[in-house]
Amino acid sequence: MALINYSSREINCKIIYYGCGLGGKTTNLLYIHEKIPDNIKGKMVSLATETDRTLFFDFLPLELGSVHGFKTRFHLYTVPGQVHYDASRKLILKGVDGIVFVVDSQRERFDDNIESFENMKINLKKNGYDLKDIPYVIQYNKRDLPNVMSFEELDKAINVDNVPAFESIAIKGVGVFETLKAISKLVIAKLSKK
Amino acid sequence: MVEPNLIMFEDDYTKVNQILTRLLEESSSKFVLLVDRSGQMISIQGETETIDSMAFATLSAGNYAATSELAKIIGEREFSVLFHQGESESIHISIVAKRIILVVVFDNRTTLGLVRLRVKKAIEDLTPVFNSIFEKVAVEEGEEAIDTKFQTSAEEEIDKLFRE
Ligand SMILES: Nc1nc2c(ncn2[C@@H]2O[C@H](COP(=O)(O)OP(=O)(O)O)[C@@H](O)[C@H]2O)c(=O)[nH]1
Ligand SMILES: [Mg+2]
Repeated sequence: MALINYSSREINCKIIYYGCGLGGKTTNLLYIHEKIPDNIKGKMVSLATETDRTLFFDFLPLELGSVHGFKTRFHLYTVPGQVHYDASRKLILKGVDGIVFVVDSQRERFDDNIESFENMKINLKKNGYDLKDIPYVIQYNKRDLPNVMSFEELDKAINVDNVPAFESIAIKGVGVFETLKAISKLVIAKLSKK
Repeated sequence: MVEPNLIMFEDDYTKVNQILTRLLEESSSKFVLLVDRSGQMISIQGETETIDSMAFATLSAGNYAATSELAKIIGEREFSVLFHQGESESIHISIVAKRIILVVVFDNRTTLGLVRLRVKKAIEDLTPVFNSIFEKVAVEEGEEAIDTKFQTSAEEEIDKLFRE
């Protein structure tokens, strides 16, 4: 649910990084925040525990500047991945315009990814949304680790809707901007569609 | 079904800002802010130079969302008003037309009683404006939509700016 203001000429869209705990969602935002020039980004807000685990959400606003006279912004959010923070995850999905589903590629996290994907669909439903109406992409993260499943194996199991999917090493920034660009463009495309 | 986009046109936006400005002046507050429940800022008026309004808007919505869930857990439908009292600054939060959060930040130049009174009046004025905005959105969604030219330019900007 984007905000389009024809008077102040602003468009704001909400993109959410979803996925199981410790998959690398916050790391994506931190990398974007670190690399993107100051004039494009706002302050990053992290509601985290003392051990840096996301407690409620991370928030990073990005601004494209003026596009056809509209100041166009993307608000990036992450959800807390831990299973018992489900109430918070549901709240953050409110008004979502696009989703990046971050997968932890390690074989031992496979079930957690599947569970998180199902949980996402349930929480969308609880908000009255359906995944099929929402632009989303998948990011297979932690490709640098030795015990990862192959891209093909993961994609076959998780990418049921055949959406754009990217391999990443978020701590090094590999694939982070590729993912961001893809989801931003999908969100814009949805807005432009009648 | 995804919730429809919140689309504001000139007339409504002007009305909304007039109501906010009046609230600001009559309650002698520091600043007032309207934010959608999903965290999108709609308008902000007052002394805002020193604050990060985007972060403030997001956190206000998060705060309201969390408190509403607390309400549900104890069997309340929702708290209609939230109040955070600081030593010199305080925050008053209320809901307009079910979807919009009205935040008033004030200090000891005024009183909670006066803020409450003026907020009540502002909500009465804002409610029909937002209800008509929501109705319009339901009817006209996509009419004056962002077109393919916009899309092409936005994509160019995305390629140009979202990189290392
Ligand atoms: N080896 C490796 N570690 C990563 C990668 N991305 C994130 N991490 C680490 O995984 C842990 C959890 O990341 P975080 O972003 O907090 O996960 P979140 O719970 O999804 O927000 C942190 O210690 C990160 O440094 C990656 O691509 N490779
Ligand atoms: Mg996190």
